[in-house]
Amino acid sequence: MSNLVSGATGDWEVVIGLEVHAQVTSKAKLFSGASATFGADPNQNVALVDAALPGMLPVINQECVRQAVRTGLGLKAKINLQSVFDRKNYFYADLPQGYQISQFKHPIVGEGVLRIDLADGSSRDIGIERLHLEQDAGKSMHDQHPSKSYIDLNRTGVALMEIVSRPDMRSSAEAAAYVRKLRSILRYLGTCDGNMEEGSLRADVNVSVRRPGEDFGTRTETKNLNSLRFIQQAIDYEVARQIEILEDGGEIDQETRLFDTSTGTTRTMRSKEDAHDYRYFPDPDLLPLVIAQDEVDALAAALPELPDDIKDRLTGEYGLSPYDAAVITEERETALYYEQASKGRDRKLVANWMTVELFGALNKSGQTLADCKVTPERLGGLVDLISDGTISGRIAKDVFADMFDSGKDAAAVVEEKGLKQVSDSGAIEAMIDGVIAANEDKVAEYRGGKDKLFGFFVGQVMKQSGGQANPGMVNEILRRKLDG
Amino acid sequence: MTDLLELGAVEARAALAARDVSAVELASAYIAAAEETASQNHYVAMTADRALEMAAQSDERLAKGEGGLIEGLPVGVKDLFCTAGYASTACSHILDGFTPTYESTVTANLWREGGVMIGKLNCDEFAMGSANETSHFGPVINPWRGKDGVDLVPGGSSGGSAAAVAARSALLATGTDTGGSIRQPAAFCGVVGLKPTYGRCSRYGIVAFASSLDQAGPFSRNVADNALMMQAMAGYDEKDSTSANVPLQDLTKALGQGVKGMKIGIPSEYVMDGMDPDVVTLWQQGQDWLKAAGAELVEISLPHTKYALPAYYIIAPAEASSNLARYDGVRYGLRVEADSLDEMYAKTRAAGFGEEVQRRIMIGTYVLSAGYYDAYYLKAQRVRRLIRDDFDTVFQTVDAILTPATPTAAFAVGRKVDDPVTNFLNDVFTVPANLAGLPGMVVPAGLNGDGLPLGLQLLGRPFDEATLYAAGQVIEDSAGFTATPAGRAGGQS
Amino acid sequence: MSVDKTTVAKIARLARIHVPEERQESIAEELNGILSWVDELNEVNTDNVEPLANVTGHGLPMREDVVTDGNRIDEVLANVPETAGGFFVVPKVVE
Repeated sequence: MSNLVSGATGDWEVVIGLEVHAQVTSKAKLFSGASATFGADPNQNVALVDAALPGMLPVINQECVRQAVRTGLGLKAKINLQSVFDRKNYFYADLPQGYQISQFKHPIVGEGVLRIDLADGSSRDIGIERLHLEQDAGKSMHDQHPSKSYIDLNRTGVALMEIVSRPDMRSSAEAAAYVRKLRSILRYLGTCDGNMEEGSLRADVNVSVRRPGEDFGTRTETKNLNSLRFIQQAIDYEVARQIEILEDGGEIDQETRLFDTSTGTTRTMRSKEDAHDYRYFPDPDLLPLVIAQDEVDALAAALPELPDDIKDRLTGEYGLSPYDAAVITEERETALYYEQASKGRDRKLVANWMTVELFGALNKSGQTLADCKVTPERLGGLVDLISDGTISGRIAKDVFADMFDSGKDAAAVVEEKGLKQVSDSGAIEAMIDGVIAANEDKVAEYRGGKDKLFGFFVGQVMKQSGGQANPGMVNEILRRKLDG
Repeated sequence: MTDLLELGAVEARAALAARDVSAVELASAYIAAAEETASQNHYVAMTADRALEMAAQSDERLAKGEGGLIEGLPVGVKDLFCTAGYASTACSHILDGFTPTYESTVTANLWREGGVMIGKLNCDEFAMGSANETSHFGPVINPWRGKDGVDLVPGGSSGGSAAAVAARSALLATGTDTGGSIRQPAAFCGVVGLKPTYGRCSRYGIVAFASSLDQAGPFSRNVADNALMMQAMAGYDEKDSTSANVPLQDLTKALGQGVKGMKIGIPSEYVMDGMDPDVVTLWQQGQDWLKAAGAELVEISLPHTKYALPAYYIIAPAEASSNLARYDGVRYGLRVEADSLDEMYAKTRAAGFGEEVQRRIMIGTYVLSAGYYDAYYLKAQRVRRLIRDDFDTVFQTVDAILTPATPTAAFAVGRKVDDPVTNFLNDVFTVPANLAGLPGMVVPAGLNGDGLPLGLQLLGRPFDEATLYAAGQVIEDSAGFTATPAGRAGGQS
Repeated sequence: MSVDKTTVAKIARLARIHVPEERQESIAEELNGILSWVDELNEVNTDNVEPLANVTGHGLPMREDVVTDGNRIDEVLANVPETAGGFFVVPKVVE
């Protein structure tokens, strides 16, 4: 599939890199003991360290370090046993210290890789450049007052992992797939809840275009995109904008832009006369972060199985389609459900029932998998009844619908409603004889060449049996009797 | 009252325990002394009511035969330390009236050990300076008078602390030392000052100047008093990531240890142009004293000594430029109103910071800025390693190093200088120890031709304050320095 | 490396300190005096010498992931020049 964009003067290749900021799941903040949870009243989750009062000092939270290492391991990345915290100096009202504690030259995690799953079922590897820990900033509100801004420091100092990709993506769809997979991995690991609406996961996109085969073009950065849709929209807009400028003979300004969610466009951040000079230097209040190899090994040993590995097993061993495997492994809860429901059963059949009937019902009702009354065991029980011929696939759909509402086992529903499939050849023959006898004219038409009428006879038999005749047997016996 | 002021800290503690004297009496004597010497501007704020309250509580404990290390002893606190409920300004207009709701760890330790807070002591603004002339609250006048009665500087940045101890308006005082800010004023005022090993005393709650160099330490009249105060101040603090979890040695035992068999290094590079010849003489005398007491003197070389000052004047301002970014008018301190946030920042900081502070922030910002970081900041950090390596090498053969504390005695207030660098040279002997993180003690050892105090400096291995106390006690015993300044409380004015 | 009026203006901007134009020249001189003095460091050969950022020699101590702080808005706002409904208030920021 070509990702090239055709412009007025020829084709263009799109080059995309992403910097994703993921809030670390932890109870307390990165360098202070205040709570890192979302939703408190303004300035309640603020320690004096977060408010940068005179003489306050940072002390690092060990769980945040572990979460960063786990994430690095999940990205198959190099864990740097020694890393350094640097100060990134700039002034802003939501940055009380006048600097952000981040990692510049020596991040905690180095190069890694992320496999993205595309719509056509293929997969591609995207390089990870690095991951580092840094403090989140507070929140400023500019719309509460005509001439004043209001500042809330609750978010100040919450731990962030900044995950930087290599500029390996070539379309907005790939970028969205990247964030989708990254989010999935973070949720599997439990290192970030990936809640984009609440701001736990946000992306800055770096976009440039070039003629195929040439060097990278000048890129722009669009910041703080908090949904997959916005990421794609922003990229698509930037690509079109840049191509238009270049085709007109203009140049792209290297700049930071903001995305306007209401218009779907990007605009320049009104930049000051001089670009930021962050004057990074190692934070003298903090010493180098040193992690022991055996600590890393222990964290690695305790990692849950990750989506790509589960997916490989589902497509390789169980023969699921890449699409089904991707859907099932997107969330860890779904993968665990599938594992349980399909154990010792027809793996493909269970997958099919999950992705079509179960997810369909969940979407329609707005329930989550966790709320659902159809437990993995119950779904498995339903599939067993199909596999051993007790009910047909068609009947099973009705049984499922009942199970979904009532929470009953499949066997109980079948029993109560008398839905057992009829597989007694004698009974079926009798029904078929009855249908043939009642429809002699149609039989003559069929035997005369109207093949389509076969379906009519099947329908009649099924109707007579209340849908419970074994469809396979009906087909076979009907053929025999009609074709003679 | 004057007799009470004569008691040193160790003596006073014993007298309090024996109930020969009460803490309230002692505190009252020091409060009166502070009033008497007010023209020297040691204190920027007195906390007399609080002192008497604390003293009364000390008396209750002492009556029961209880009490901490410094129970009932009057302490002055450099205004760089945050003291809960009392203004803590770093002697800057930008923190005018700032009243912290929290206590620094060092002062919390002092109050837990029974210290009585007399007041907040004057200092150079944000600890930047070596003459206590940059304070928003005006200069401190050294209780020692110059020739022809000229006003002298007490040294800096802990000028108020040193002057108060010398003038007897405080029995003990806290200071901080980033480039010599305890040791140099100790020398200028004829008192004992210790800069502990970096990490010995917690930096939590102390207004940060240069984080990798700052260290809190005690001022006292004599070495034994200093050991007592140090024991009360020091200790591991998990709220400070740079705090060292290394237990303090038995300093009381160290005081009586003597220097027999101790190897004392004499660095050839510590002879500088423009040094007062009396300083050279005193240094030699110090060597003789130690030798007579059984130490062995060893000539050593610290080849990168002369580069310590320029390295310091890159590193310290760089860290300061970042540490002082929080003083922006948003959450505390001075705010100059403006139409936009950036204007508010710029106007507030211009109005709130004095000239010296602004100059150092500018230099610090410059040496960290794009294109200059490698040439300046990184270069200075590399030289810092070489300086530290020099010390590591010599400490393989010697146990302590003896040097002069300052190139001259205290100079006149308002001395005109053509360029800022002249003032920087005050710190030439003290700065290396900050860069290397080593402990350093200054002990008053003699008077110069003008009758002004001169001090000797001892430098030691990391976490080996005991050796400094042992050698410092020997210097003190040998020097027999009993002179007191004309400007002292109860003295002739 | 030498500093001129324009550089002083740039540094002042980075440091958010308003330096009036009349002062920029003299500040440039002062800074140049200091910078030419610290240039002495170039006499020292520092090839293959690692920068020394910390003198303590120990690694970064860590703390447990427990909420031990926060819920002290009164203290946080105690010295604030202007507040409203629990927020800090500043002149409007133009994005």
